[in-house]
Amino acid sequence: MNAISPADGGLIAANIMHFGRALRAAGLPVGPGRVLDAIHAVQTTGLKSRQDFYWSLHAVFVSRRDERELFDQAFHVFWRNPKILERMMSLVLPSISNEAAAPEETLSPRVAAALAGNEAPQSEEQEKDTEVIFDAAMSWSRTEVLGEKDFEKMTNEEVEAARRAMRHMRLPIETVSTRRFQRDPKGPTVDMRATMRAALRDGGDTIPLLKRDRRQRRPPLIVLCDISGSMDRYSRMLTHFMHAVTNDRDRVHTFLFGTHLTNVTRYLRNKDIDIALEKVAENVNDWSGGTRIGTCLHDFNKHWSRRVLGQGAVILFISDGLDRDAGDGVAKEMRRLQGSCRRLIWLNPLLRYDRFEPKSLGVKAILPFVDDFRPVHNLNSLTELADALNRTGPRDSAEMAEWRRRAA
Amino acid sequence: MDLPQSVEDTHALLARGNYVADRSLATALYLSLSLKRPLFLEGEAGVGKTEIAKVLSETLGRRLLRLQCYEGLDASSAVYEWNYALQMVEIRMAEAVGDRDRAALEGDIFSRKFLIERPLLQALEPSASGPPVLLIDELDRTDEPFEAYLLELLSDFQITIPEIGTIAADEPPLVIITSNRTREIHDALKRRCFYYWVDYPNADREMEILAIKAPNAPADLSRQIVGFVQNLRDIDLFKLPGVAETIDWAEALTQLDKLTLDPESINDTLGTLLKYQDDIAKIQGSEASRILNEVNAELAGAAE
Repeated sequence: MNAISPADGGLIAANIMHFGRALRAAGLPVGPGRVLDAIHAVQTTGLKSRQDFYWSLHAVFVSRRDERELFDQAFHVFWRNPKILERMMSLVLPSISNEAAAPEETLSPRVAAALAGNEAPQSEEQEKDTEVIFDAAMSWSRTEVLGEKDFEKMTNEEVEAARRAMRHMRLPIETVSTRRFQRDPKGPTVDMRATMRAALRDGGDTIPLLKRDRRQRRPPLIVLCDISGSMDRYSRMLTHFMHAVTNDRDRVHTFLFGTHLTNVTRYLRNKDIDIALEKVAENVNDWSGGTRIGTCLHDFNKHWSRRVLGQGAVILFISDGLDRDAGDGVAKEMRRLQGSCRRLIWLNPLLRYDRFEPKSLGVKAILPFVDDFRPVHNLNSLTELADALNRTGPRDSAEMAEWRRRAA
Repeated sequence: MDLPQSVEDTHALLARGNYVADRSLATALYLSLSLKRPLFLEGEAGVGKTEIAKVLSETLGRRLLRLQCYEGLDASSAVYEWNYALQMVEIRMAEAVGDRDRAALEGDIFSRKFLIERPLLQALEPSASGPPVLLIDELDRTDEPFEAYLLELLSDFQITIPEIGTIAADEPPLVIITSNRTREIHDALKRRCFYYWVDYPNADREMEILAIKAPNAPADLSRQIVGFVQNLRDIDLFKLPGVAETIDWAEALTQLDKLTLDPESINDTLGTLLKYQDDIAKIQGSEASRILNEVNAELAGAAE
């Protein structure tokens, strides 16, 4: 069955290499190693049927579920002549990689761009007004004044200064113990391995007991931020905060929602804040629109909660609770959200008003299912948030009971 | 038993183990077996990922070593641990005799004799029946440090123990890794494996599976069950029923002596199929009757 002699193997190899390059251009992580693997794989299964050929390449080149579509399209375009395999076997081997343009079906733009060569990918979408405008004039406000000032009332210079302050903010979430251990002189249990080695070092006459303790780790942090019209000013400011937190440590996932949910974690991972914000603006198109909290949470619960809420995650839910669908379906989804995380903290800029009453339908639907309810309208409230996160509190605090009573 | 020599062989091998597989899966498995690389299986819960390893070990007559992953899984429970009690005794003995120098004692204490082997190390051991099947189950449940640890094992089939050195397998084990994709596994690890996404089976395939796994279920009932489950998978549910649930359901209904599906028995047994209260509430009652009517109409149409 391994009918590929070195001579023709070379030509198949070349074509597989071209195919690998096309895949790489389409965004699949294909390196020379994988191309070699693919050649081996094809030699192993033999060139008996198109199906086996397909699945052999598939097993090597695809490594995530979402890559299957791209692979499938690229495969059918690249190896589109069904007789190509027969021709390969009969050693008449044209180089087909060059003629792989003009596909009839609608292709993923990534595949199309990759196969068409080095053309520019898609046409740039029109610049949206969502781009964050930086004021050229720089001036320093005194930080304590700045700390108290509502984001909404800040001048451009103050906004800039506040953003700079946010860039240095960290969220010291209370750590949880893992099942792993580390050496700790004050630890509660004996580290037998280290003890034995230490004992041998002294020749085994005495056995000094070395201790260990559970290693501490910060739980994952999930940020769900409302970007609807009523939250506009705050969510734009908070994007800076989210960027700082995302780059501070691992396991932070950020989602923005208005009329639908967008995962912006990857864009925010970009170290450069300007590039990060630009990418967020490019990929999120429901800024300053309405809010459909129920639908967005449903989407999150269904598609993301099981992937990002493992290992005792803490959720920051940033929203004013004003819902276009009047709280429809929100309670049900909030219940599930709270049930799948360790702690759910609601940050609401409306809390800046002393007389805030939890009376709107959205707020009433959300309140029963959050573990903490805090304001988020100025720098100080963010600093306080850091303290609050660092404090171990019961899930059911007296403060929350009071809020729930008022909402009832 | 020897390893299969072609994709067809592999397909037949799985069939012998009562596993109904697509040719695409057989291709990936054959590649993994013949090129001695791990097979990385991803898919929703209950589509038969773990089963592949079990079937493989049974049909090939190899030992199955299973490592169930969980958060915080560490080397001492996955790879090896020193037998401290025994080491203590050894030190006391050496002391009592009083003529051993330190270096010799150290070499003695940290030797294979004092090593407690866990699944990953056991998998490198030579065995009379051939290299074992190593199942690393639900890898997504563990954390990144452990994934990184696996890299050495999966690419070179060797494990480094600081006190002893490197232990390598003469013949690499057959490695099957499964993941429910609750988080993405790092590319570095996937690159060392052949990848396969295990999907829900189509109706014909699912009928075949039921015929083998729930042979006591009447044929009409099986057809209705498969139709119903296939319909459910198009509905917006929190957790779609997998093949395992279909089999459970068929068995439950057979136990209840049902010959055909009716709305009442669906409502009574829906708990075997759906595992979330919200999902059950959504389907129970009128929705279940609606789907059942649809299925019956389809089956009647097909029979004509």
